[in-house]
Amino acid sequence: MLGLQILIDGFAISALYALGATGFTLIFGVSGVLNLSHGAIMVLAAVAAWAAASVFHLDSYSGALVGIVIAALCSIATYFAVVQPIQRSNKIPNEEKEIFVLTATLLWGIMIQELIAYFFTNNAKTVLPIVEGVVNIVGVRTPKNEIFTAVVCCLVIGLLWFLVNRTRTGKVVLAASMNPRGVTILGFELTNIYIIVWAIYGVLAGIAGVLLGMFLGVSSYSVGPLTASAFSIVVLGGLGSVSGSLIAAFVVGYLETFTAYMISPAYRTIPALLLLVIVMYIRPQGLLGRR
Amino acid sequence: MIGFFKSRLFWISLTIVIVASTLPWYVSGYILGLLTVAYYFGVFAMAWDLLFGFAGEVNFGPTFLIGVGAYTAGIINNQFGISVSMCIVIGALASVVAGFVLALPALRVRGPYFGLTTLVAVLILQNFIVVFADLTGGEIGLTIPDVLSIDAGVNYWIALGFMTISAAILYGLSQSPVGLVLQASGQDPVQAGALGFNIVKHKLAAFIVSAFFSGLSGALLVFYFGTASVGTVVDIAVGVQVIVAAVLGGRRTVLGAALGAIFLIVAGEFLRPTGELATFIVSAVALVVILFFPGGFLGSVLSREARQ
Repeated sequence: MLGLQILIDGFAISALYALGATGFTLIFGVSGVLNLSHGAIMVLAAVAAWAAASVFHLDSYSGALVGIVIAALCSIATYFAVVQPIQRSNKIPNEEKEIFVLTATLLWGIMIQELIAYFFTNNAKTVLPIVEGVVNIVGVRTPKNEIFTAVVCCLVIGLLWFLVNRTRTGKVVLAASMNPRGVTILGFELTNIYIIVWAIYGVLAGIAGVLLGMFLGVSSYSVGPLTASAFSIVVLGGLGSVSGSLIAAFVVGYLETFTAYMISPAYRTIPALLLLVIVMYIRPQGLLGRR
Repeated sequence: MIGFFKSRLFWISLTIVIVASTLPWYVSGYILGLLTVAYYFGVFAMAWDLLFGFAGEVNFGPTFLIGVGAYTAGIINNQFGISVSMCIVIGALASVVAGFVLALPALRVRGPYFGLTTLVAVLILQNFIVVFADLTGGEIGLTIPDVLSIDAGVNYWIALGFMTISAAILYGLSQSPVGLVLQASGQDPVQAGALGFNIVKHKLAAFIVSAFFSGLSGALLVFYFGTASVGTVVDIAVGVQVIVAAVLGGRRTVLGAALGAIFLIVAGEFLRPTGELATFIVSAVALVVILFFPGGFLGSVLSREARQ
């Protein structure tokens, strides 16, 4: 029974990690930006959904929608307020832009986190789940919300795959990740592509944040760990490789769940961190990364 | 070197240090305590700048090196009751060993991968501190029986002296031929390698020097506080503060990093009446500086002087 429990819980957690990390890796693949305000945007979405439901008394569907829209807006704001000024700056040498983007998005994330803490306190908040109740899967009592989380994550990732590989917009985005200059020569405005990507990223992070809020609850303290886990999953999978991130998300998710159930919840994150160091040592480009 | 003693920078720094060393005679103990912490932070930031500004490596885990030094010194003092000065030396050495162990895998990778490896090192250390709570005091923190001194003035002079000596050594190193090789290997590793310099050896050396000063400062800070806790020497937030201080003060200037750290600590204190918004304001100021004055405080001053 414990085995099945780990299988089910691990799947839900992994799917959630995968959704969070996909957006992160998409941004990196297309514009080369590692967005360290990722955790803050996820928490912002969850807190917005929570506030919409409990302060403004909206139903849980509209609450979730509010959360996702706010995350998308905040993501676009991140691009215009933080990333674009650095990319266009002529005072910062090109080889140092990466570290400036890292530092600046980190600060931006702290600002969002502090604002959330200021207006809504540091207390943990649980978003009212859209589906309630418990089902029994071969003797394992599973909240319906957990199944809902896993299904939504898989659906959204599938939709993203369709968007990127099968639509015109997606193909332009894909082309921009391969050769930005080539896309510009073909007459596409690079800034517009970046706005689209940041908006997609915001929606993904928003959905992941709201689901996380329903599933485990969030507080402004979860910002750092969320960013760190997305960062490590993406690097483990290979920067810019979406399928690598998906595999890595499941590896990390199951490793954490297994440790929590079989050894002790206190050791939860340690094996995943050690694995990451080992992978860095043996295969610095990550599981599916190119050099 | 002789040129340096005649330069304006030397005389300005000397004046500042002399003025700063007279503060205990007419300033309250509260301000002295604040500056004491700021000086130790200044050393953290300078050690970080040596690695980032010169070797071009983004170390997201300065607190790994600081924490190892601080906790080692604290634990051996707590367990074996060895004298304070001995504990500090052992703490700094432990930090050097930790830096060496971290640098071996970390220097195989570059850019964001290096950043992540160092970040993970902090998370692992943090987990171990919580897991081995019997030895480390866990989340509550480690109580240390001995302190450096109970006199605020003496503590202040120790911190000031330590920062001045560290600054002199780190600045001297950064201006020496070794510093130039580091800078070259940070900016263009292939070309620096082609000129016959062993880049890995130089970066490893930079890492070890950085680890030594971080660990030494961490150990001193612990004996100043009389306690070591995750929140004061290991947490990622502390690391972020060190990074922000160095970038704010001006990267690749070493001395600017110390200025940035003092500014951050003092500004945080001045903003205390704004309550929880203090961190927000400091981060916002730091972000504006990074976006519009990427050279930082000292960077913009120095470049203006160079232009004249």
